[in-house]
Amino acid sequence: MNKQSITSFLMPFIIGLAFITSAAAENKVTLLNVSYDPTRELYQAFNQSFAQNWLKLTGTVVEVNQSHGGSGKQARAVIDGLEADVVTLALAYDIDSIANLTNLIPKTWQKRLPNASAPYTSTIVFLVRKGNPRNIKDWDDLVKPGVSVIMPNPKTSGGARWNYLAAWGYALKKWNNDENKAKDFVAALYKNVPVLDSGARGSTTTFVERKIGDVLIAWENEAYLVANQTGKGEFEIVMPSLSILAEPSVTLVDGDADRHGTRKVAQAYLEYLYSAEGQEIAAKNYYRPRMESVMAKYASQFQKVELFTIDDVFNGWKAAQAKHFADKGIFDQIFQVK
Amino acid sequence: MSARTEPKIIQYFLIFIALAFFGLFIVLPLVCVFHNALAKGWGIYFKTLQDRDAIAAMKMTVVTALIAVPLNLIFGVVASWAIAKFDFKGKNFLLTLIDLPLSVSPVIAGLIFILLFGAQGLLGPWLIAHNIRIIFAMPAVILVTIFVTFPIVARELIPIMKSQGNEEEEAAMTLGASGWKTFWLVSVPNIRWGILYGIILCNARAMGEFGAVSVVSGHIRGLTNTLPLHVEILYNEYQSTAAFAAASILALLAIFTLIAKSIVEVAVRRGI
Repeated sequence: MNKQSITSFLMPFIIGLAFITSAAAENKVTLLNVSYDPTRELYQAFNQSFAQNWLKLTGTVVEVNQSHGGSGKQARAVIDGLEADVVTLALAYDIDSIANLTNLIPKTWQKRLPNASAPYTSTIVFLVRKGNPRNIKDWDDLVKPGVSVIMPNPKTSGGARWNYLAAWGYALKKWNNDENKAKDFVAALYKNVPVLDSGARGSTTTFVERKIGDVLIAWENEAYLVANQTGKGEFEIVMPSLSILAEPSVTLVDGDADRHGTRKVAQAYLEYLYSAEGQEIAAKNYYRPRMESVMAKYASQFQKVELFTIDDVFNGWKAAQAKHFADKGIFDQIFQVK
Repeated sequence: MSARTEPKIIQYFLIFIALAFFGLFIVLPLVCVFHNALAKGWGIYFKTLQDRDAIAAMKMTVVTALIAVPLNLIFGVVASWAIAKFDFKGKNFLLTLIDLPLSVSPVIAGLIFILLFGAQGLLGPWLIAHNIRIIFAMPAVILVTIFVTFPIVARELIPIMKSQGNEEEEAAMTLGASGWKTFWLVSVPNIRWGILYGIILCNARAMGEFGAVSVVSGHIRGLTNTLPLHVEILYNEYQSTAAFAAASILALLAIFTLIAKSIVEVAVRRGI
């Protein structure tokens, strides 16, 4: 082999190295927001608004990178070393897991921001095909034989856990807190589920694009996104008589942010979620804003519905997780009987 | 084959089955990808491909392949040379080890690296202390790609080398050539087609790998997404056209490597 052919043989390595170094040479503040599945559109709009605001305030360019997936899966990735500056997950328990298994986040994280660190709320609704051919009005209609229900897997998806708990809460109310009846009801519900996707977005795709199922149990924001934009005119939203108040939580990942030197901008990023601008962006993406003036402005967009909280019915996430979703918990028992 | 004794009808039937199978499983899906990618016209097609995240994903995929393929090429040539031309203890064990990545599911391949380099893993705390980022970053994507494509070149070369036997090498050595010279001037030219084919297969797998890469990439848009991951993200965001446009790039890459292969083949045949 002569010199020339050795050079040509090494060329790919040299090009590769050049690519890597050029990527590392960019100079600006970057944040990584590790989020759950249906927030893609929300944070796309929010990041842009925040970056403009931050540039005006401080003169620094900030770029926010996004990672999306099932909430439980995303928490796992952060635990395994995905260096998030902030996490914006579907439920407090997933952030608790990060706090418990690593020392990246203090255990008291939930008290650091207003409203228990949940800047916007949502709930669980039904999405049906146009004209509601199966005549689905409430939770009872979902357990009827032959109705095909689409929802994700509670083991990996935050939204799915809210779905499950909403159904459980409804059954408890209907049968005066009879846990066995509730268990039968939820078991019957899961018997009607033909596909369990790992995240909320996967379930929506199954229902909307692959056209499987009669009803999708989904985040309110996800259902509206489909009904008003991506699948306009093809779907209808059905509000059940009772649902759960879902509080997706956000927090700073202290360990990673300090290592990156981004604590200040990451903190400002989360606080911006509570600002009027941030709340408005949330409302535009069909998340229920906390700020009353913004809620009033978008009131027509959110149907009134009776909501219970996880603390009222399940004594908080820790208890609910241990009882229902832990290994050999009630969900495992229900799903095995199938 | 001169004496075809089968009735015409059976001949046509078999040809029909082969063509139908080929059309259904290869041509139709390929056509479908391009049809969907161009559903909204060429303008939109090129626009979606100029998206910042799409370009970053392409860059990531190309860099990954540019690093993984040459490394596996060096390893594959050296290992298959040792295995095919020499006898030593533990040869079968080495062969089995080389095959390991083929028998392991890609998801497990990804998890192995999380267990090794993840924050809770074996080397995680040390890596964090020294501020070295491997998992959920480019190095992990390259590492798992090397892992899953590890056996491809060697597997391609071992049978070729074995079938050629040792005579030419022995002749070279008898005439006084050094081992190095024998390798470059005798062994390598004999297996150049195998090498080329190995590179093509290895490259295709490196660029197309989804499962293992998905586990270790962290799915950060514009940073650690490869093209296959980018396709999934776009599809999940209801951007079917963009998703198929990105998929069509993957398909084009595959077609181009095949064309490149044929061109080189023709050129070499003329040169000889």
